[in-house]
Amino acid sequence: MKRRALVKAIALAVASISLGSTAFAQQKTIKVGVLHSLSGTMAISETVLKDTVLMAIEEVNAGGGVMGMKIEPVVVDPASNWPLFAEKARQLITQDKVAVVFGCWTSVSRKSVLPVFEELNGLLFYPVQYEGEEISKNVFYTGAAPNQQAIPAVEYLMSKEGGGAKRWFLLGTDYVYPRTTNKILRAFLHSKGVTDKDIEEIYTPFGHNDYQTIVANIKKFAASGRTAVVSTINGDSNVPFYKELGNQGLKATDVPVVAFSVGEEELRGVDTKPLVGHLAAWNYFMSIKAPANDEFIKKWTAYAKAKNIPGHKDKPLTNDPMEATYIGVHMWKQAVEKAKSFDVDKVTAAMAGQTFKAPSGITSKMDEKNHHLHKAVFIGEVKADGQFNVVWKTKGPIKAQPWSPFIPGNDKKKDEPALMAAKKP
Amino acid sequence: MLSGGRLAAAALLPAVAVFFSGTAWALDGAAVEKLALGEGDERIAAISALVSEGDPKAVDVLKALAEGEMQTSGRRVLIVRGGKAMDAVTGEAVAPVPADSEDVVANNRLRAAVGDALALLRLLSPVRAERLASAKTLAGGADAATLPLVQRALAQESDAEIRALLEIIAASMQLKSESRDARLAAIRTLGRSSSASSKTLLLELANDADPDIRREAHMSLDAVEKRLALGEWLGLAFAGISLASILLLAALGLAITYGLMGVINMAHGELIMIGAYTTYVVQNLFRGSAFDWYLAAAVPAAFVVSGLVGMALERTVIRWLYGRPLETLLATWGISLILIQAVRTLFGAQNVQVENPAFMSGGLQVLSNLVLPWSRIYIVAFVALVLAGMWILLGKTRLGLFIRGVTQNRAMASCVGVPTARVDTWAFGLGSAIAGLAGCALSQLGNVGPDLGQGYIVDSFLVVVFGGVGHLAGTAYAALVLGFANKALESWSGAVLAKIAVLVFIIFFIQRRPQGLFALRGRAVDT
Repeated sequence: MKRRALVKAIALAVASISLGSTAFAQQKTIKVGVLHSLSGTMAISETVLKDTVLMAIEEVNAGGGVMGMKIEPVVVDPASNWPLFAEKARQLITQDKVAVVFGCWTSVSRKSVLPVFEELNGLLFYPVQYEGEEISKNVFYTGAAPNQQAIPAVEYLMSKEGGGAKRWFLLGTDYVYPRTTNKILRAFLHSKGVTDKDIEEIYTPFGHNDYQTIVANIKKFAASGRTAVVSTINGDSNVPFYKELGNQGLKATDVPVVAFSVGEEELRGVDTKPLVGHLAAWNYFMSIKAPANDEFIKKWTAYAKAKNIPGHKDKPLTNDPMEATYIGVHMWKQAVEKAKSFDVDKVTAAMAGQTFKAPSGITSKMDEKNHHLHKAVFIGEVKADGQFNVVWKTKGPIKAQPWSPFIPGNDKKKDEPALMAAKKP
Repeated sequence: MLSGGRLAAAALLPAVAVFFSGTAWALDGAAVEKLALGEGDERIAAISALVSEGDPKAVDVLKALAEGEMQTSGRRVLIVRGGKAMDAVTGEAVAPVPADSEDVVANNRLRAAVGDALALLRLLSPVRAERLASAKTLAGGADAATLPLVQRALAQESDAEIRALLEIIAASMQLKSESRDARLAAIRTLGRSSSASSKTLLLELANDADPDIRREAHMSLDAVEKRLALGEWLGLAFAGISLASILLLAALGLAITYGLMGVINMAHGELIMIGAYTTYVVQNLFRGSAFDWYLAAAVPAAFVVSGLVGMALERTVIRWLYGRPLETLLATWGISLILIQAVRTLFGAQNVQVENPAFMSGGLQVLSNLVLPWSRIYIVAFVALVLAGMWILLGKTRLGLFIRGVTQNRAMASCVGVPTARVDTWAFGLGSAIAGLAGCALSQLGNVGPDLGQGYIVDSFLVVVFGGVGHLAGTAYAALVLGFANKALESWSGAVLAKIAVLVFIIFFIQRRPQGLFALRGRAVDT
């Protein structure tokens, strides 16, 4: 009995020391969660988002914090494991009591944490382009909806300037984002008079690394007419895919590949010379010339050097989800200051109509109702140095349509989150 | 490829004559400006305007545009190469490069138009290689308006290969000709083609209003498709061989440690991963000088490092667990987790980049629609070498004799003076070292990350069990069967279903034949 008491006492002491060191050392801090995969197949894309959140937080702290409080990030690694995302999200909200979480990349991870955020009334900022078909009052979507990325990209490839593609090879990783996006694209292509025989849809598992047959199939498919490939491959599978494309000599002038999840970061480590001219559609490129972007890149470069971030310390790169993450952290800060509270409902209300000077050169606005950002769309072609040349862009920001009009039944859905979540039993 | 042709072509005929007579004219400043600052069709028109001048400088300007070396400063157009700027119109040097200069963006359409225009200019070049390259570019689908030029080139051409290409190019341009006979002749010529673009053209004619044309088009289409199908089949076969070689390489080491020694080594994948990371480290050492040769050092390094790790494992852990498969399984699984975490701590959780040496990127063009990547060709050859090496080692050397002796009858081998404990260590080290070689090869194809081995451990066990435990030749056959089956199914049903189908097939196969493809008969272990 005595021994047990002793053990308890020691455990308590250790716990209070470890807690105390953070709680007492810096008084008045507010915790925020960072929920990005730092290992596994998605680490190639997500690790840098964690660093971006930390950089934005450092910047906010340097400017005096939020309402006089320093932000303290709590970083967890859900390891590209979807159920683990939900577990870690629950831990962040219930144990660490974070005010907000910045995180997720794949839609399957977002779908996995969504019930947790709705149940516990947490707040998630999701920084990646996605398939739409969702508005949650607990989530702010700072990435693009399909009408802000996928549809303009396909329209461009159909145009004379984009090569006038007649046949479409839709290639993706097998999960909800590529499947839904391709469903929307198929409906969109039908509306433009493309028939099913001119559309091919192929999926590969996560982490797939042998693209020989798929590239051969693309060649075969392209023999029957002007073809464009729409790639929704996610994660590190992109490296073997683009290597195979280059090695098998499939040139962009013959069959252009447009990707929705490939940016500057994913092309690091790929020999981009054979890939010149392949495309990506995003709402930001590192090569965009704008004062806000120069400043963003400068900050990131300095931060990467200071923190010794592998890869970035020698060759700093920025990309679209990083920009969306950066906007998200700052908008959250602005909303908290407007609401004068960290309360999720009050911050959510204050988020409506928030604006921020985005690195992409526009003033990004959070929609008053639908929790999505208004964004400009850019289409870029890969250059020999791994950067993108912007070859097309929208005149100004576009409002997101999370409920795509190309999916039947969506016309009846309301363009704002339902209120029922708060009154759940 | 077809975008810019028509406009450019109208101007080309006089241009080519001038081009090769070498007269130097001043460049048309307005055209250069349009090329750099205009939009869409305007720029395509500017290309033809420039080409029509026939000045070699125009070629230079077009090349600069295609390669992203063109910049503008205000309305002045510059060509910037290696930090030095030159005025695109006058050719005079501009120093320093103006601070406000901006890149001129060329999109795919423009690049294709420039490519076609340059190819047309070179079609009459005295150098054979240039003519051949031009013909190949144009075979992708040049515009009909350039027909007279192609015909002129055809009349001059004496090389058979280029002639054949030009004939097909000319034919594809005559498909929309006014004369019905010309169209029919063109369709027949296209029937000799083996390129995918000819198929595209013929498909359009397969629904023509004229029944004769329809019939001819179908006949030619069949002929072209037959040739294309050959390429597709060969491609599929090569994909199967390539996958089989990778499976075999991953499983070969396991064929020794599991197949011969009976150790269920769950850390086998991590030994592969260590080989891949060794390659990464060696690659970094070679950065700067003799980069293309780093593999020559990486292969033995991966072999030695993985082998040493394997021997250390055997000495410290596995030797205490011989004959207790369940404990071995758990212990090696724990080791695999430790190794993954160790690599994560050392190198970070993110994938590291292993770049291919120059001779391993690109591919070998076998047929018009079949390009075999060099990296895969080299790996198939490498696996063949490793397999041969192992066969010699196990079959012809003293160590091999000892290993076979110990695995067949440990007590008897010990009685005749074989140091069985040491042989175990060597054998396990050998299996691990071969896993290291696999890692070195895999780093050339896929991603190198801490989880690399996890993706291969299941496949490796499948191959060894399917081939028959204790049977090296069986492992090789099993890898071939699984490689081909996977690729054949993949092209038919997609990657996800193919993977499931192969697993289901193996489950049923093992149910029916638990001993695998090749059974050990009695004591006769024939390696």
